[in-house]
Formats: sequence, structure tokens, C-alpha cells
Amino acid sequence: MEFKSDKAIFEQIAEYVCEKILNDDYKPEDRIPSVREFGARLMVNPNTVMRAYEHLERNGIIYSKRGIGFLISEESKRKAAEMMKQDFLKTAPAFLARMKLLGISFADLQTLASDE
Amino acid sequence: MIEIKDLSFRYGKYYTVFDRLNLNLKAGYIYGLLGENGVGKTTLLRMLAGLRFPDEGSIHVMGHEPRRRNAEFLSDVYYLPEVINPVKLSLNEYVKLYAPFYPRFSHEQLAYYISGFGINPVQKIAQSSHGQQKKAMMCFALACNTRLLLMDEPTNGMDIPSKSIFRRLIASTAADDKCIVISTHQVRDLENLIDPIIILEKNRILLNNSVEEITRKLWFGRSPEKSDKDLYREESIGGYNIVGYNDRQEETKMDIEMLFNAAIQNKTLFKRMFIDEQDPSRRSDFADEMQKRLNTDREN
Repeated sequence: MEFKSDKAIFEQIAEYVCEKILNDDYKPEDRIPSVREFGARLMVNPNTVMRAYEHLERNGIIYSKRGIGFLISEESKRKAAEMMKQDFLKTAPAFLARMKLLGISFADLQTLASDE
Repeated sequence: MIEIKDLSFRYGKYYTVFDRLNLNLKAGYIYGLLGENGVGKTTLLRMLAGLRFPDEGSIHVMGHEPRRRNAEFLSDVYYLPEVINPVKLSLNEYVKLYAPFYPRFSHEQLAYYISGFGINPVQKIAQSSHGQQKKAMMCFALACNTRLLLMDEPTNGMDIPSKSIFRRLIASTAADDKCIVISTHQVRDLENLIDPIIILEKNRILLNNSVEEITRKLWFGRSPEKSDKDLYREESIGGYNIVGYNDRQEETKMDIEMLFNAAIQNKTLFKRMFIDEQDPSRRSDFADEMQKRLNTDREN
């Protein structure tokens, strides 16, 4: 997995899990890979994966079950979308500044969107 | 796992490598040992393995003093040097001879590492290329499952695919009861893998902290302009790559090369910020001082 340079690794891993939830690759009650398994797959320190899982757990997206590992929560989809939305909106100021600099209007964006 | 106290070591009479060095390492972590050439990274690893003895001070590893070379200690530590001595045996013959010294040696894991690296276990190790020899010995080192694994520049001489296999194998071998110490200059090869980071400087330690602790204090990123507050910066297209104080309470992605350069340029500051802070007797009012400095910067 290629990591971006503008965000902490644990956050990028958490986001990756969220994307998988939103794409229905992970469904409620699914077990996600163990910290070590995921670390090996992503070639990342297992402690960093643990931090990502703890972050997801705090946000109610996954929960831990003794002897089994981490499972996807019932409400995961809504909560994952909420978490990613907060993050995405943080990029808005930079995006808006770029629009202003290049003289792009909201109407231009709308045209782009309708072409989709 | 490892307690080093007031360690001093000299080569000959005048060349001091360590002067009252203190360092503690815990199980469950993959430490990255960084430092400029000649600061004593290899010497430190060799001392931990019982291959060099302290002049003063003490080293304790898993409750043992390495210099005593107890059999129990030696069976639970493996040191993989940067340059492999030529081995006139095949890997299979080598394993037959040396694996019995390591009670937790796993033949199953060995087979997995051999296939991962694409090693021919019946070929004489010394007859293969430098990189292949290194990989063969690495298979053995990992399969020993010692609680302490010391590796000196493990990725030197490895081809590009082997480096990612190496990262994958190390990530999968890490465990709560194991401590892995990797000394390296090839920080790009080990990015996202080593955590905590230790920076060794002439005679002393500048930093021994987790990535989380580092990024809580330091900010890594890009800025269109430079500032007096930057601890280190490199010019790049459309601005600067910067290491600064993290006064915005956001966690950024650490860049190890930038961290290292920042540490080397601000040695005293780093030592105060990271090492003295952990020692209550030497803790300065550094945080207050920093806050004051940041406030005046803002007023200006």
C-alpha cells in the first residue's frame, strides 16, 4: 500500500478500513485481520496497526472481542462515513483557496458534476 | 528487556565511543537505531550481544549481563552483522549444525522464509552473491525466534524486491515478547516499520521515542514560506519541507530523513526535548520556555 505524506500512517490505515466498510467489503460482525497479519500485508509496524484499530474502536466503528480479535460494529457504516466526512471537510479550505487562485467558479464545478 | 546504565567504552586510550550512556529498550517493539558514521551503532549492537565488553557501567539484557555469555542468554539472542562471514556450508547444513543452540528455532518458519526470499538451501552459502548470503543468514536469524534480534544494516546489498519481502517478514515476526533492534542508514527501506526511533550521537543519545511521541512534539509538512520557528527545512518545488514544533495539535506523518537531519542540526535542543524530559531529575522548564517562545513569535 502506498502511503500519502500528508497524514499520519495510523490515520491512513483507519481510513482504508473505513473505505472497505463503505464499499461493503467488510460487513457488520466480520472479523478484520489481526494486527500482525495486517501489519505484514501493509509492511507496517504492527503497533501502528494497533493504533489505527484503537482509533476505529474509539469511534465505534469496530469493537474487540476477547480471544477473537476486532469485529466490525453494527453501526459501522454510518460512523465510518461520519469520520471520513469530518476528515474530508478539513481539506475544503485548501480546495477553495485553489479554486479562487485559478478563478474557478462553483458553476464550473456544477458543470463538471453533471458531466459525470 | 535491555537496561544500559552509565556505559562507557573506549577503543584504545583516547577514542571514546560512549561516555556514561543510558538507554532502556522494551520488549514488543522494533527499534530503529540511527546515527552518523562512526558514532558506535555497530559497537552498541555487539556489546548487547556480548561480543564487546563495557569499560565502565553496566548492560543488562533479559536479566543477564551479556559479557558473561551465559548459555541461557546466548540461546535467546541473535546478532546479524552487516557483513556476513563466508559460510562454506549450505543453509540446510548450517541449520543442522547451529539450530540446536536455539530452543525456539522453527523449521516451519524457516521453510516459509526460504521460499519468501527464494533461497536455494542446498547451495553452499559462500558461493552465492553478497545479497543472497545475507538473505540466507537472515532466514536463519528470523527462524531462531530469539527474544532479542539485533540486525546491523540488514537491507544493505539487498535487491529491490527483497527489501519489501524483508519488511513483510519483520512485520510478521514481531511479537509482544520480542525486541528487534535494527541499525540502519537506509531509512527509506524501513519507513513505517521501525518505531521507536533511537538517534545515537557522538557519546550520547539524542532521542529514543515512539513515532507517536515524536509527532506529538514535532510537525512534519510543507509550507510556502520559511519561518524562524522551523527546526529544519529543505527547499522544494513551491515551498519548503519543514520540521517544526507541533503547536497546532495535529499529528502529521513523520519523515525519518527529515527527523534525522533536524536532530543533527539541533542536537542540544533534541536531547532536552526528548531525553531530559523523561528524566525527572533533569527535566527543565522546557515546555514553559517553548510556550513563551512560540507566544512571542506570534506577537511579532
